[in-house]
Amino acid sequence: MELGSINLVTLIATLMVAAVPIMLAALGELVVEKSGVLNLGVEGMMIMGAICGFMTAVATGSPVLGFVGGAAGGAALSLAFAFLTQSLLANQVATGLALTLFGLGLSSLLGQGYNGIKPPPTGAVPFGPLADIPVLGTILFSHDWVVYFSIAMIAAVWWVLKSTRTGLIIRAVGESHDAAHALGYKVNRIRLACILFGGALAGMGGAYVSLVRVPQWTDGITAGAGWIALAIVVFASWKPWRVLIGAYLFGGITGLQLSLQAAGSKIPVEYLSMSPYLITILVLVIMSSGRASLNAPAALGQNFHAAR
Amino acid sequence: MTDAKLLTIEGISKSYPGVKANENVSLSIGRGEVHALLGENGAGKSTLVKMIYGLVRPDEGRMTFLGRTFAPTKPSEARSTGVGMVFQHFSLFEALNVAENVALGMDNPPPQRTLAQRIREVSDGYGLPLDPNRLVGELSAGERQRVEIIRCLLQSPKLLIMDEPTSVLTPQEVEILFTTLRQLAAEGTSILYISHKLEEIRSLCDAATILRRGKVVGSCTPREKSARELAEMMVGATLTPPERAAKDLGDVALEARGLAVPSLNPFGTSLKDISFTVRKGEVLAIGGVAGNGQDELLLALSGEVRSVPGAVRIDGHNSGHLGPNERRAAGLVTGPEERLGHAAAPDMSLTENALLTGALRMGLTNNGFIDWVKTREYSEQIIKTFDVRTPGSHTAARALSGGNLQKFVIGREILQTPGVIIVNQPTWGVDAAAAAFIRQALLDRAAAGAAVVVISQDIDELLEVGDRFAALNEGRLSDPVPVKGLTVDQIGLMLGGAHGMHKAEVHHAQA
Repeated sequence: MELGSINLVTLIATLMVAAVPIMLAALGELVVEKSGVLNLGVEGMMIMGAICGFMTAVATGSPVLGFVGGAAGGAALSLAFAFLTQSLLANQVATGLALTLFGLGLSSLLGQGYNGIKPPPTGAVPFGPLADIPVLGTILFSHDWVVYFSIAMIAAVWWVLKSTRTGLIIRAVGESHDAAHALGYKVNRIRLACILFGGALAGMGGAYVSLVRVPQWTDGITAGAGWIALAIVVFASWKPWRVLIGAYLFGGITGLQLSLQAAGSKIPVEYLSMSPYLITILVLVIMSSGRASLNAPAALGQNFHAAR
Repeated sequence: MTDAKLLTIEGISKSYPGVKANENVSLSIGRGEVHALLGENGAGKSTLVKMIYGLVRPDEGRMTFLGRTFAPTKPSEARSTGVGMVFQHFSLFEALNVAENVALGMDNPPPQRTLAQRIREVSDGYGLPLDPNRLVGELSAGERQRVEIIRCLLQSPKLLIMDEPTSVLTPQEVEILFTTLRQLAAEGTSILYISHKLEEIRSLCDAATILRRGKVVGSCTPREKSARELAEMMVGATLTPPERAAKDLGDVALEARGLAVPSLNPFGTSLKDISFTVRKGEVLAIGGVAGNGQDELLLALSGEVRSVPGAVRIDGHNSGHLGPNERRAAGLVTGPEERLGHAAAPDMSLTENALLTGALRMGLTNNGFIDWVKTREYSEQIIKTFDVRTPGSHTAARALSGGNLQKFVIGREILQTPGVIIVNQPTWGVDAAAAAFIRQALLDRAAAGAAVVVISQDIDELLEVGDRFAALNEGRLSDPVPVKGLTVDQIGLMLGGAHGMHKAEVHHAQA
């Protein structure tokens, strides 16, 4: 199980943890985009989740409440996005970009005085003897609850979108808001709910960075994870299980990057850092040049106004 | 059949900023009755049915459904009362399958598998076969309409509203639809049928209410009236066929000489060796079944698709290699078939749309700067001269009804006093009054010395405006013949590809 000087089992276990923030954020964004809204503010919502989660956890001493706080922080910021784009019909791309910048600034303001503090630790779920199984135990049964929660969320979103009426309505709104409106669905209200859900998941993803991955607070702690999450949604061609694959792939590269550094590899770190984005571009080129459609929701990024 | 009233509407009014869409409208529909709602584009038919379906709330008036007060605030309320609606522009989702689309239009849909089974049963029962698992994006226009109808029928409505259902159907599909509608009416379902196709209404409907500018102007039994009488009630004026002054033809203004253009997309038609001449003051009518190269011909003549210099000649100058603006400068303007997206930019205002083609010939720009005062005057002149009904020149093109927008885009070209004007399907989806107006405007322009080419699938229109007639068939154009003395049989042969003996042989040899 040794690849050069890198332990493969440890690498897989690491990537499962490294993938959690981008997986949650990408899954939230997938639902948002399925409803026809393009929210480019994922990075901003993640970092707001990171600081709000951190503050809540430090104040209450409970990491679980910290994640709830993170979700609330991300959702609160996404509410601003929803108000601007759904009520005032602001351009979604510009608003999303502004949301990222605003979130970065606001989190840095809120986070003053939190530097150097340790948050309450989030421990591994006690699986008892299961965790002692060689190889499988390390890969499957040595993680904290958020890792399992994120995978369960993938399954839940997949099931809701595929098999429930709620999911059908979300897909319909993202496909043609005019037709959905003609049938009597409240397009803007459905989109608002999706935006809030996306904000909450992005916030949880951000909280995972500050509470588990790092775990402490520094400015700009999410370091571009929100952009990777956006890329994963496209990479996954708007399918939940592919988000899981994408997140593991990109999480794996991050993990590999650290392991390679530790192993004293000669490949410059910068190449590995840019590789997720290169892969995304490559995948996009391959998918759009081939016959396979990108599967993007038809009304993605278009504002809806019920005129007449 | 019509002993008890199903729906009664009394004194309904609805205003939008700048427009009174409905004013004191009253009508009643009996059980099992097929009731026609007749009116020009913009007469307020769509607004009225949207109120019955709960999409729009009336300002005043009341409705009674089966003796009870009926004031739906949302479509699901209307649906649960027993009103179903088939939309003019389909309310379907292309990326979803038939069963999912049907489920979205129901309030309590059964599980997908049961629903698929019921779709099969109902669609076969009414002679409208449908596969519930197919993606709607893959269906033809007629099949898509079936999805909408089945969606309504599954909820066994008492009143079915159909908004211009036949505008996208082939004649065969129209026949199938009518059989279904008659079967429904016989089973006791009332149908509110909106259309401006008079012959359809005469053959299908038991009663008709006629709307003009938002008001009820009459009601009648359509079978007892002629199409012409109905049209005159609808328009509120005596319709006169276009007048044409006897005229002397001038020099050749437009000539195509061996014009051959390969098709841009794999489903299109390539133009093959097209030759014709049009003189000043003459109208060349080009007919053909859809998809025989009409779009391609317009693109090749407008300059959107370029050819060799000598293939298109404007006033005797080689112009085949010129782009649209250079041809415009030379005096050739065009009006394409697709109003929204090709002739006009949907989300831009009428003034901006006027600028888009008028800038060059009307001198609306100054050293690269737009002269907005002049542009607005120009667009208001179009609106006034061509009787475009709109709140003002600031309105987005998308907000206009089909007929009004068509008047605007044709007017925009005609007011540029072109030497050559080419239009494709100038009156497609346009009501009778607007169509007559547009045809007259084209003839007036010809009388003023322009060469006019009208490409259309409406044979009556071509015979009405044309001096000479030619047929497009698989990208080839027949030799133009004088319209005078042409019989329908001859036209049928020409459309089918028998262009005189010589060309027919060539055609067969290649086929």
